[in-house]
Amino acid sequence: MKRLYFLFWGIIFGIVLIKSEVASWFRIYEMFQFDSFHMYGVIGSAVISGIIIIQLLKKSNVKSIEDRDLEFEDKEFLPKKYLFGGTIFGLGWGLTGACPGPMFALLGAGYYSILIAIFFAVLGTLAYGVLKDKLPH
Amino acid sequence: MSDFLLNPWPWYVAGPLISLVMFALIIGGKTFGVSSNLRTICSACGAGKISSFFDFNWKAQTWNLIFIFGTLIGGYIAQNYMSNDTPITLANHTVEELNSLGINTDNPVYVPKELFELSDNENLILALMLLSVGGFLVGFGTRYAGGCTSGHAITGLSQLQVGSLIAVIGFFIGGLLITHFILPIIF
Repeated sequence: MKRLYFLFWGIIFGIVLIKSEVASWFRIYEMFQFDSFHMYGVIGSAVISGIIIIQLLKKSNVKSIEDRDLEFEDKEFLPKKYLFGGTIFGLGWGLTGACPGPMFALLGAGYYSILIAIFFAVLGTLAYGVLKDKLPH
Repeated sequence: MSDFLLNPWPWYVAGPLISLVMFALIIGGKTFGVSSNLRTICSACGAGKISSFFDFNWKAQTWNLIFIFGTLIGGYIAQNYMSNDTPITLANHTVEELNSLGINTDNPVYVPKELFELSDNENLILALMLLSVGGFLVGFGTRYAGGCTSGHAITGLSQLQVGSLIAVIGFFIGGLLITHFILPIIF
């Protein structure tokens, strides 16, 4: 039952990524050209409604579906890690026009060549795991 | 109603729906973050033997693998049953820039043929390079930064995390470098 729950929300996520063109290489290129409000509107309205949702959840006594308290952990403050890692990710985002979520939505939509990017994304993650201790964080 | 479902969805529908997905995962006792799956896949393939970074109980992350499998199914459903093949309407300046790079924008769908078509493509080597190098950088960078667009831009910013803001600034530094300096050189 819990599996179906996560499958269901994954399906919703995939539909949204395709229907809103967030998974489009062209839309990402346009975003980095600052030519359209579309992507900023998607991310901005997601963040604003996300902030409201988080604030309401923190004030409420809502429990998880496993009847546990909800946890909101602060991320460690490691500026170098976020800046260097974020920039490297941004280079890849600009090239492939797809972050990890859209990669899987595009694969489902039938753009099979994205499988190459997914395969190399797994390799990139592997390379990070191996080199982790030698990198500035 | 069916027109609404079939036409491309506006930003003010997509954004709140994405935060609804985040909400559903929090209520599910989990965190919204797609790139963690790449680490889980490494671990499931036995990468724990070469780095302790992958030495964890990956089976506890099965829910997230199910989630991205759902994302894949969602992509299939949207493309095959919820689309009227409306071409993407791009901004004029974007179209001019793409045409000057030699990328066709006559009927733009999700991806440019020049970069994603593997048969009948005179740019094949370039396309393969771009997909593999780009994919590698996405995987490396997202784990280095500890999250991607879902983990930092949506979940992190929603929780007002300064670290996530720095990561998102990094996303843009990288993307702007590619769009304004690298793509014009390689095309």
